[in-house]
Amino acid sequence: MTRETIFNLLLLGALLAVPLYARAVDEPYLVTLATRAAILALAGVGLNVALGQGGLVSLGHATFFGLGGYSMGVLASHAQGYTPLLTWPIELPGTTSMPIVWLVAVTVSGLAAWLIGALSLRTTGVYFIMITLAFGQMFYYFAISWPAYGGEDGLSIYVRNGFPGLNTLDPIQFFGIAFALLLLTLAFAALLARSPFGLALNAARQSRARVQTVGLSPYRLQLTAFVVSGMITGLAGALFADLNRFVSPTMFSWQTSGEILVFVILGGVARLCGPVAGAVLFVALEHLLGGIGDYWHIGLGVILLMVVLFARGGLIGLLAGRASVHD
Amino acid sequence: MTPLLLIEQCLNGLQFGVMLFLMAAGLTLVFGVMGLINLAHGSLFMTGAFAAAFVARTTGSFTLALVAALAAAAAAGALVEVAIIRRLYDRPHLDQVLATFALILIFSEGTRWLFGSFPLYLDIPEALSGTVMLPGGIAYSLYRLTLIGVGLLVAAGLYVLISRTRLGIQVRAGESDREMIAALGVDISRLYTIVFALGAALAGLAGALIGAIQSVQVGMGEPVLILAFVVIVIGGIGSIKGAFIGSLLVGLTDTLGGVLLPELFALFMPRADAASAGAALASMSIYLLMAVVLVVRPAGLFGVRT
Repeated sequence: MTRETIFNLLLLGALLAVPLYARAVDEPYLVTLATRAAILALAGVGLNVALGQGGLVSLGHATFFGLGGYSMGVLASHAQGYTPLLTWPIELPGTTSMPIVWLVAVTVSGLAAWLIGALSLRTTGVYFIMITLAFGQMFYYFAISWPAYGGEDGLSIYVRNGFPGLNTLDPIQFFGIAFALLLLTLAFAALLARSPFGLALNAARQSRARVQTVGLSPYRLQLTAFVVSGMITGLAGALFADLNRFVSPTMFSWQTSGEILVFVILGGVARLCGPVAGAVLFVALEHLLGGIGDYWHIGLGVILLMVVLFARGGLIGLLAGRASVHD
Repeated sequence: MTPLLLIEQCLNGLQFGVMLFLMAAGLTLVFGVMGLINLAHGSLFMTGAFAAAFVARTTGSFTLALVAALAAAAAAGALVEVAIIRRLYDRPHLDQVLATFALILIFSEGTRWLFGSFPLYLDIPEALSGTVMLPGGIAYSLYRLTLIGVGLLVAAGLYVLISRTRLGIQVRAGESDREMIAALGVDISRLYTIVFALGAALAGLAGALIGAIQSVQVGMGEPVLILAFVVIVIGGIGSIKGAFIGSLLVGLTDTLGGVLLPELFALFMPRADAASAGAALASMSIYLLMAVVLVVRPAGLFGVRT
């Protein structure tokens, strides 16, 4: 076992142990914090597929996070208002079933990622960053100006969506759902990185020309990675909306995109559990620094600046040394 | 929709466009010369606005406020360049994005700490308030007309600076080959600081001028910054001319879209639905414009394909 694997196991073990301990000593607030960390980590794992493996610096992942959130919000608001979602061509009701919500969230954000990716991937480098940021802003303004689903005020959902056989309103059970999805997604990301597709994607990041020479299309590889990445982040968005029982255009804001990027970087780019380490650190900082003063973002800014300037491997790079695979 | 109203909205779009140009010009210069993507450019816009609002409140003079905005933004720009940005030129874009994102957090919270969360207000100076009669019987805000004039003047000045002066030669040379001009004895790091401070000053000026028609508050810079990115993507990175054309296109599309689309939808929809559908589509219009440009010319209207 490499040091990184040991670190990953310890990290995930800690993320599981904290809420179990919190439940034992009856601190439900801590369980919610751990759930928040697990969900944000999931969003980061999504971005890491595009960023770490594909080298695509997307500053627009809030789009998928928001679309996931609004999928949940729209479906649940129709269900709680007993109004049909669609009346034509067939009558479709809303739903409060988590698996259906997840399916819709993943499909919607995947479609959006395909559209945005198909356009943005025509360019590279700094253009790509600006364009993903701009498309993110487009969805943000659309969410604000479209009054049907709350506009600027967002949507409140009174009851958390259900999962067959579980009581999702019990914090620890909801944490279990989020944590299980995080583990499944991590396993998927690990398999993806080792698959022929993952290897080709990594190659496309390192040497576009060589990949083209052997007959693969970097554009299609990167577009696929972008879509997968958007789908995972969309799933995280649906869970995040369920955690807060509230969706608002803030989920689409550029700050959200920036924060998802920050999880990945604080933890370590292209590391399997980098986003998990980053999200846990972010939630912990938010909680600890936020407790000290109102201006905790200054502290976060300084820490981020230091990590970028001096500790480029992020937290995992600091604790577990250089990545064992050459990248 | 009368023709008079349409002309007025065109002027509004033009005014918005030239202000966007002040932002986009700095961004595109910094990218063209140093290869840096600077997310904190919006913070320099905000710095200018806050400096202007603060000086206007203490001295009551709008001229002094503008001078303060230029000075504060340029100084903040130069300081940040020397302390942090300088270390990022050779780094990947990802590092630049993150470091400048960190700077946004520091600038925004720092400003909130200094001035509080409530917006400040910057009044339009007495001499420029009121309206002016344009030929054709259009009453138009004198201040907005002045903004158009200032924007066009800055654009002309920038053109002369880049194409006619020694500094301009160095900037253009820096865009094409920085090792070579360093070898020819140009102090490249001083040039970088000057270019960055110049871009910052333009952003600060835009912040102060816009601050008088909006409220001056934390977070005012980033929406403008992202629009400036759209401008640059449309115009082509590194091209001042592209930034100018792109700014006007974005300014006019955004303003006219907001007015015309609801009217257009009202032709075949109930009034209330048309208003909301029109507003929603208008909010997306500039991004759709960007998408079209990307499909037709991925490197932007005046960009060079690399």
